[in-house]
Amino acid sequence: MEYAISILLSGISVGGQYALIAIGYTMVYGILRLINFAHGDVFMVAGLMGIYFTSWLTSVMSPGAAVLCSLLLVIVMTVLLGFIIERVAYKPLRSAPRMSVMISAIGVSYLLQNTATYITGGQPMTYPSIPFLFDTVTVAGNNIKWAVLLTPVLVIILVLALTQLINRTKVGMAMRAVAKDFETSRLMGIKINSVISVTFVIGSALAAVGSILYFTNYQSIVPTAGAMPGLKAFVAAVFGGIGSVPGAVIGAFIIGICETIIKGLPSAWDVSVFSDAFTFALLIVILVFKPTGLFGEKATDKV
Amino acid sequence: MLKINDLKVNYGGIEAVKGISFEVPEKSIVTLIGANGAGKSTTLRAIAGLVRTSGGSVEFMGEDITGKDTTEIVSRGITLVPEGRRIFPDLTVLENLKIGAYLRKDSLESDLEWVYDLFPRLKERHWQAGGTLSGGEQQMLAVGRALMSRPKVLMMDEPSLGLAPIIVRGIFDIIREINRQGVTVLLIEQNANMALQTADMGYVLETGRITMTGTGAQLLADEKVKAAYLGT
Repeated sequence: MEYAISILLSGISVGGQYALIAIGYTMVYGILRLINFAHGDVFMVAGLMGIYFTSWLTSVMSPGAAVLCSLLLVIVMTVLLGFIIERVAYKPLRSAPRMSVMISAIGVSYLLQNTATYITGGQPMTYPSIPFLFDTVTVAGNNIKWAVLLTPVLVIILVLALTQLINRTKVGMAMRAVAKDFETSRLMGIKINSVISVTFVIGSALAAVGSILYFTNYQSIVPTAGAMPGLKAFVAAVFGGIGSVPGAVIGAFIIGICETIIKGLPSAWDVSVFSDAFTFALLIVILVFKPTGLFGEKATDKV
Repeated sequence: MLKINDLKVNYGGIEAVKGISFEVPEKSIVTLIGANGAGKSTTLRAIAGLVRTSGGSVEFMGEDITGKDTTEIVSRGITLVPEGRRIFPDLTVLENLKIGAYLRKDSLESDLEWVYDLFPRLKERHWQAGGTLSGGEQQMLAVGRALMSRPKVLMMDEPSLGLAPIIVRGIFDIIREINRQGVTVLLIEQNANMALQTADMGYVLETGRITMTGTGAQLLADEKVKAAYLGT
């Protein structure tokens, strides 16, 4: 029982971290019909920034303040990174075929990975132990990190805030309009590029928060550390119906929980190594029965 | 109010508009008629800044607005009701109207009242998703949405397309009403009969060139126009 609770908590937490990445995939797809392959690597870079900023800032201020400032700085700089990537790599290709933009995204993905290898020398880097998030608490006989308990709460708060933004504010209305029809949105006076930038800013900010929670859990970062979580989050977004924010979040929780359960099955069964394969098998099964995902639109293509 | 000088537009490698000039005086209704592919839509899209011009100029209230971006043009008071209505199907009727006023920072209440007065049907359905409306209602919504920007010039691309004759008559009544309230209208239509009956001035566009000009009544009476566009 204690074991089951610990598995469930950790599954929910991993799912929440995937959700924070998946939202970035799904929102960008919703507006640009682009699978932003660089998104997982932005997440990895956010992790590395956490390491470097904390070590720099610790030399000039008290450790507590250094961590806090570094986390804020990570979010700000990740947002800036996402914004710049969109402006430099995607915006010039706005009227190019979708495949070209996708290749540009793959290029950015490798650029980020290679730059990370260059800076770290390819060595695994250790994420700082953030006070409080890294501390453990005893729940039903298990020692659980606060990061694990806090993740789902934070995810729910952020997702609620995001849906309010999308459904109740003027910029949210513009985002929904642009997602449907670029040209008519322009006729309303909407600046398409600003709306797209806002989307990247939101996606990157959430990925930054996700990186803090995720790497507090799995403390080692290599240049490819964004690939697997990024891919899982992408699967979660497709699973939920790409373009849909609630879909991505629910998809991410389901994938996180399933994956953790498989990893936690008795070792005598020897199946834990298949947890990633299972994730993709699940995706295939869902897409066979529901090609548009759980909450996908019926007509996914633009008019 | 709106003055087009020798406007040229290349579209997909061909010259769709080959140097046309016309004028839309303040508070008038002007129509461009012509067959499919004559360059009518391209002309309106060029004025709205949606497509690049390759020559000539567009002057609005004495200022050159050629090549300005759409946001700038809309904020100056020119708006386009696009062909096929293009309402936002997922947004509610009210949201569709509000997004028409996207650039405005002042209160929308009086304008919402104005649009609801013109189209009482929209008020009844303000909470419905735009996509659930009928074709005629969607056209009303598209016009209402454009009016929410408080335009000085309202451009309309084929407002009668795909609508039943009785609905078309209603739409043209509204166009006259909007014009009576001081909005200048530039209208393009394949339904030349309705358009010329409504318009003060008409221009006939053939493969990118203006071939005839006259008041609505003159063109309606013209033998060539009758034969080519009115089917009588």
